[in-house]
Amino acid sequence: MARRVLPGLPLALGFTLLYLALIVLLPLGALVFKAASLGPEDYWRIISSPRAVASYRVTVFCAAVATAFNLVFGLALAWVLTRYRFPGRRLLDALVDLPFALPTAVAGISLTALFGQNGWFGGALAPFGIKVAYTQLGIMIAMAFTSLPFIVRTVQPVLEDLDPSIEEAAQSLGGSDWTIMRKVILPLLTPALLAGISLSFARCLGEFGAIIFIAGNQPMRTEITALLAFIRLEEYDLPAAAAIASVMLIAAFVMLAVTNAMQARALRYTRRD
Amino acid sequence: MKIKLEDVSKTFQTFRAVRGVSLEIESGEMVALLGPSGSGKTTILRMIAGLEYPDGGHILFGDTDATRIPVRERGVGFVFQNYALFPHMTVAENIGFGMKVSKTKRSKAEIASRVNELLGLMRLDGLGNRFPSQISGGQRQRVALARALAVDPTVLLLDEPFGALDANVRRDLRRWLREIHEELGITSLFVTHDQEEALDLADRVVILNEGNIVQQGTPEEVSRAPNSRFVTTFLGDTNRIPASVHDGSAVVGEIRLPAPNATNGAAEILARPRDLDWQSQGPGIAARVLRVIDRPDGRRLVVSTDAEAHLELDVAPEVVASVGATGFVTIRRGQVFNI
Repeated sequence: MARRVLPGLPLALGFTLLYLALIVLLPLGALVFKAASLGPEDYWRIISSPRAVASYRVTVFCAAVATAFNLVFGLALAWVLTRYRFPGRRLLDALVDLPFALPTAVAGISLTALFGQNGWFGGALAPFGIKVAYTQLGIMIAMAFTSLPFIVRTVQPVLEDLDPSIEEAAQSLGGSDWTIMRKVILPLLTPALLAGISLSFARCLGEFGAIIFIAGNQPMRTEITALLAFIRLEEYDLPAAAAIASVMLIAAFVMLAVTNAMQARALRYTRRD
Repeated sequence: MKIKLEDVSKTFQTFRAVRGVSLEIESGEMVALLGPSGSGKTTILRMIAGLEYPDGGHILFGDTDATRIPVRERGVGFVFQNYALFPHMTVAENIGFGMKVSKTKRSKAEIASRVNELLGLMRLDGLGNRFPSQISGGQRQRVALARALAVDPTVLLLDEPFGALDANVRRDLRRWLREIHEELGITSLFVTHDQEEALDLADRVVILNEGNIVQQGTPEEVSRAPNSRFVTTFLGDTNRIPASVHDGSAVVGEIRLPAPNATNGAAEILARPRDLDWQSQGPGIAARVLRVIDRPDGRRLVVSTDAEAHLELDVAPEVVASVGATGFVTIRRGQVFNI
């Protein structure tokens, strides 16, 4: 083997692999093992029960809406933070990370207080017949709140690095602002947006703490998959909990694969061959 | 299209980048804006393009006042210093972009045939489907030029067009750009800090310093009759030799040079290395050789005079000189400026 100039590869590689195996792969393996201890029929019965299916629907639908909202709002926020200089910009920049720093239970409790019957927002929305707490709308808001930083933080550096002369070139060629946004800026942001979407969506699927306070958790209507798995765990039905969790695991893998493929497609112009 | 600048000025925060510049560019002319960094040359180019708005003065395209017309309606072709190609579009898509987004509708076939024509003109045949990251710097430069020309601009503006290229590629592209210019006859203005590039390429050279035009003229005019010490030193390697002027001639020791425009008193002779000669015998300025630099086209001597001033001379390769040898410097020609 050729001698390497940079030292420490065997040690560093061994350490990281060991860590990855113990902390990430072992629990996942245990999960799969537990779920596999059920027979195929039992497994299928558990994961396709009406209550479980309803929970998938609620979770995926709410996550999709929350991510779509964050896509628009997060892009706008990243745009404002990179393109303009205004007083309080740095404070706003710091506030973006708040959902990361805040314990999700705190977020859930404050959202519930805010949107409850007597809360500031809940009280204001009630006359219009809009109910947030204990509905899917509440789940969406909780999800959007906790996953907001993902889109902002993935798009922001790309936007900062965008060469202003590329936009000027498009302008000098006669492009309108809207054309430049659509044909030049958005395509260049696509890989970063995809990365942000996949992270944001994954976080929404797995969010627990912020949601359970505001969702009401009525089976079939506002019960998310993560909570259902938790309920099974509390009933000491470990294999059922593992089965439901494995569905979430598979969903996460599928989504990762899809966004990776989309990203590779969006980045095909960087290939040098 | 004829372009006219009337007393144009521009200030960034506290920096006065351009200070009341007036300039006329004739239709079909190729003009170089030459100056050191911070001289305002790029700002002038960007104001003509409409990428900056002047604080004062007017910019006329033909008879129309274009001062407030935004860049997308000004009809200029702009080639950026780093080319600013769209990295996610192929070469052909880059070139076709302006035609695609234009208000005048063109069919897909029309655009494709014009793109092909430009690929041919720019010697980029077969590269239409590549992405900018997959072609060389010189090719990117030509794509940028093709993209700017595709929309039939009234004027072509180039910001340091050869700045990012190797010396060899740069010289080839320079000659080639000149050919394209003669073929298309489009009014062209380019910015450069490289005097060789400006003199090689332009019909007329406009020399800028600290936001003002210090001299303009044909390459011959500015090379043979620079009007200031700044222009002389900026255009090439210069030796500065202290002298005194008496009745129309500059005197250094036993050397006399005609100086019809200088007034009596202290002065400086500015002479190119090639305008100095090395003799083993006087008369001349006594000096000692410090370094000998051999080059393919001759030899450069760095000498030190008795006054501890360093002079550089370009002499024929046959001239015998070695480090430490003493001899005399004579001045064949030079520009005399009062200090």
